[in-house]
Amino acid sequence: MLGEFIQYLFSGLTSGAIYALVGLGFALIYNASHVINFAQGEFVMLGGMGTVFLAAAGVPLPLAVVVAIIGTACVGFALEKLAVEQTKNASVVTLIIITIGASIVLRGAAQVLFDKQFHTLPAFSGDEPINVLGATITSQTLWVLGITALIVVVLQWFFNRTLLGKAILATSVNPLAAKLVGINVSFVLLLSFGMSAALGAIAGVLITPITSTNFEVGIMLGLKGFSAAILGGLGNPFGAVIGGLILGIVEAFGAGYISSEYKDAMAFIIILLALFFMPSGLFGKKGTERV
Amino acid sequence: MTLKHTRRTFMAAVAALGVAAAASLPGNAQAADEPIKIGTFLSVTGPASFLGDPELKTLQMYVDKINAEGGVNGQPLELVHYDTGGDPNKAVTFVKRLIAQDEVDAIVGGSTSGESLAVMPLMERFEVPFISFAGSKKIVDPVQAWTFKTPHTDTMACEKIFEDMKKRGFTQIAMISGTGGFGQSMQAECQGVAPDYGIEILADETYGPKDTDMTAQLTSIKNTPGVQAVLNPGFGQGPAIVTKNYRQLQIDAPLYQSHGVASKKFIELAGDAAEGVRLPAAALLVAEQLSDDDPQKPVVTGYKAAYEEKHGEGSVSTFGGHAYDGLMLIVDAMKTAGSSEPQAVRDALENTKGYMGTAGEVNFSENDHLGLTPDAFRMLEIRNGDWVLVDDTTG
Repeated sequence: MLGEFIQYLFSGLTSGAIYALVGLGFALIYNASHVINFAQGEFVMLGGMGTVFLAAAGVPLPLAVVVAIIGTACVGFALEKLAVEQTKNASVVTLIIITIGASIVLRGAAQVLFDKQFHTLPAFSGDEPINVLGATITSQTLWVLGITALIVVVLQWFFNRTLLGKAILATSVNPLAAKLVGINVSFVLLLSFGMSAALGAIAGVLITPITSTNFEVGIMLGLKGFSAAILGGLGNPFGAVIGGLILGIVEAFGAGYISSEYKDAMAFIIILLALFFMPSGLFGKKGTERV
Repeated sequence: MTLKHTRRTFMAAVAALGVAAAASLPGNAQAADEPIKIGTFLSVTGPASFLGDPELKTLQMYVDKINAEGGVNGQPLELVHYDTGGDPNKAVTFVKRLIAQDEVDAIVGGSTSGESLAVMPLMERFEVPFISFAGSKKIVDPVQAWTFKTPHTDTMACEKIFEDMKKRGFTQIAMISGTGGFGQSMQAECQGVAPDYGIEILADETYGPKDTDMTAQLTSIKNTPGVQAVLNPGFGQGPAIVTKNYRQLQIDAPLYQSHGVASKKFIELAGDAAEGVRLPAAALLVAEQLSDDDPQKPVVTGYKAAYEEKHGEGSVSTFGGHAYDGLMLIVDAMKTAGSSEPQAVRDALENTKGYMGTAGEVNFSENDHLGLTPDAFRMLEIRNGDWVLVDDTTG
């Protein structure tokens, strides 16, 4: 009985860690621009697919990972420079629609540039599962959890302790005022798109050994990551992680104890309930304006 | 229907001409000028492009080959193709165009079941012989006069798997199925035929086609007492994740996958976890491993060699094989009928006996427009990252 319970918990942690990592990218762009970037799932896909194809072309795996992450960051820069920045003072809704368009373009490009097959990467430290009290967890899940935690710590430090991080927050609160005090707003936007693209790519590399990847994998990951981010409170990296883990654990316990048929439904009910009673998410700032 | 009328008249005229020509001057040059038109509509782009792409390549390759060898009944073949992108609505439009404008003599194609089912009423109404390349059992059950199909059905895969389970003494099993179209259909089919094999399904779990982790479902299967084997009908990356999770949980019962993942890609995705997994698949996958006295061996090795010579090592797929079978069946029927007149071709097709194709031996009859038995599937086991034939039904 206990073994079963722990196994469901581990299952939840595995999915939850993936959702959390993707959710982080949403939080980052939202922080800078209040834009929800629906191409975030495609950044995840690009990280995974890029690494797979570079490795297949003979590039050593660690180098392939680095190049794929940098490449994806460049796609993030390009998205901001070529699409978001061109609209000048467009409303947030317009920008969100642009990101949906970008996601379709990226998916199509990946289909042509790479291929339509599924691909996978070797797990970082072998496939041997780890036994805990009659339940098992893969070492790759621990990698995902560990790096997610590391990223959260780094992001907290970045936003609260560095000038650049504070500049991003300031831009999100009031772009005009930020400009007046000398913050280069367009640079901040550019940076946040690049950073969240890189973050997505890191997620893609980490989760590909668990889920495998293809050109469409970003749709589902983007949706679940977005759910994690709104459950946790948009713009709060810590909230996105907690949101992701809750989502994963609810799904796993639902599938285990009730029925696998209603797994997704239960996750969405949790999100709906959370938004009914806490419209800004579990850890979101109350009110509509940041102070 | 005026269209039907004019078409009929036209066909009758052609047939009469052909008969007259054949009677007076065999191999007459006048008939040779008129090509036999084979229409096809395939999902060469879009989500089902992995089906349509090898199918079209196969048809083009073999139409060229047949023409180089002198055509059919002294007439060359002409392939008329439209790309449906996997959309049944487009399939209907293109089939209407094939019949009304291109005036084709027979139609092969329909990469997906949705497209095939959508166009079947047209084939019946305009009386055009049609061979579908899609999986669904509904295409040939109930039998429609003008529609035939080449691929195995999901039911046959279930039967093959249950046969193997019975042979190994497993009667109590669990199923974990994907909720995509393929997984759902096969889950229902397997539930239907399980009692015929004395097999009891103790646990029946599902997962979404894009889920990232199935350990929760597998844990409840692991904790169900009495499960001797587990079957996973599914498509895409889901079965690979199931297989990995299965090994992670160290479940001892043997795991069966479906023909939906019968490709090298599955072994690549599941890695070491795929060792010992069994699944039913077409003989094409293990062409070289078939015993030399297997009557299917020359067909599958021949097709594989021809396809891979043109499109690269390891490019052959069972889907292209379905197209090969469809084209060859229609060509054989035209040869037997001695003409491309639709009624004669349909009748000859229905009387096809003992045709050996990539999917197995085809015996059509009035009540059977599929013509295959579960023996057409081979049971494979994955050992050392490769397929091993575990029961050679003919050898």
